Amino acid sequence: MSVATVFFYLFSFVTIASSVMVITGRNPVHSVLFLILAFVSAAGLFVLAGAEFLAMLLVVVYVGAVMVLFLFVVMMLDVDFAELQKSVRRYLPLGGLIGAIVLAELVLVVGAWTVAPQTALSTPTPGNLTNTAALGQVLYTQYVYLFQAAGFVLLTAMVGAIVLTLQHKPDVKRQNISAQNARTRATAIENKNVPSRTGVPVP
Amino acid sequence: MVIGLEHYLIVAAIVFTLGVAGIILNRKNVIIIMMSIELILLAVNINLVAFSAQLHDLTGQIFALFILTVAAAEAAIGLAILVTYFRNRRTIAVEDINMMKG
Repeated sequence: MSVATVFFYLFSFVTIASSVMVITGRNPVHSVLFLILAFVSAAGLFVLAGAEFLAMLLVVVYVGAVMVLFLFVVMMLDVDFAELQKSVRRYLPLGGLIGAIVLAELVLVVGAWTVAPQTALSTPTPGNLTNTAALGQVLYTQYVYLFQAAGFVLLTAMVGAIVLTLQHKPDVKRQNISAQNARTRATAIENKNVPSRTGVPVP
Repeated sequence: MVIGLEHYLIVAAIVFTLGVAGIILNRKNVIIIMMSIELILLAVNINLVAFSAQLHDLTGQIFALFILTVAAAEAAIGLAILVTYFRNRRTIAVEDINMMKG
């Protein structure tokens, strides 16, 4: 048994075990932490498959940004999660049945699968480059429009999330930059003819 | 014993199944449902990377990259909707989301 085999079984066991903990955990904070563990061990699986760049992307972007966002939201919402977890036992037979059916179908599909010996590759992996360099050479040439579209998807998501969560409180004074810039000498300064030795009345 | 394509596909199938079962088990808790969706997308990514490695074709990894992008966008929007909903109704239980009578 080679080292790669041992690590494959280790990573896949940790991935599956932590996935089970994600869907059965009582505390959502624990669920998020187990989801992070599942992603990290899946990144180990990616490294074993030779996709180092995606593995690092999964750890840095997914665990570092998206899962931390999950953690923030779970800790920010003041919800009685124990009340929500009461239905788990009631739905266990149905969920287990549907899960078993889906798994049996998938295993049947995988078991009957044969890869055609000669397939035409659209982007064959170059042998003399690292994984990151090879991905970059394909991503910025052949898939550049999809890459731009992915950027627009992220931009839309960012704008949408900001618009959804931004709230204007009516009693907070805000800076109005256009009104400030539109001020002229005529609107800002008022000249008064003050007679000598009298002063002006205070409004 | 050599680790081949089938081993990765079995692992991805199990993770996918756990994600589907998680949606049904925790169907009152929106946060766990979103985590189950993340698990399903992770299983899809494992499949794509395994096929990419098996066929020596980089397209699978490119598509896994785009799936990561869409999953991140989906998580951000979903959590924003969740926060707005909680702010208005003080609950996140799924069966209370029935104002539109859909």
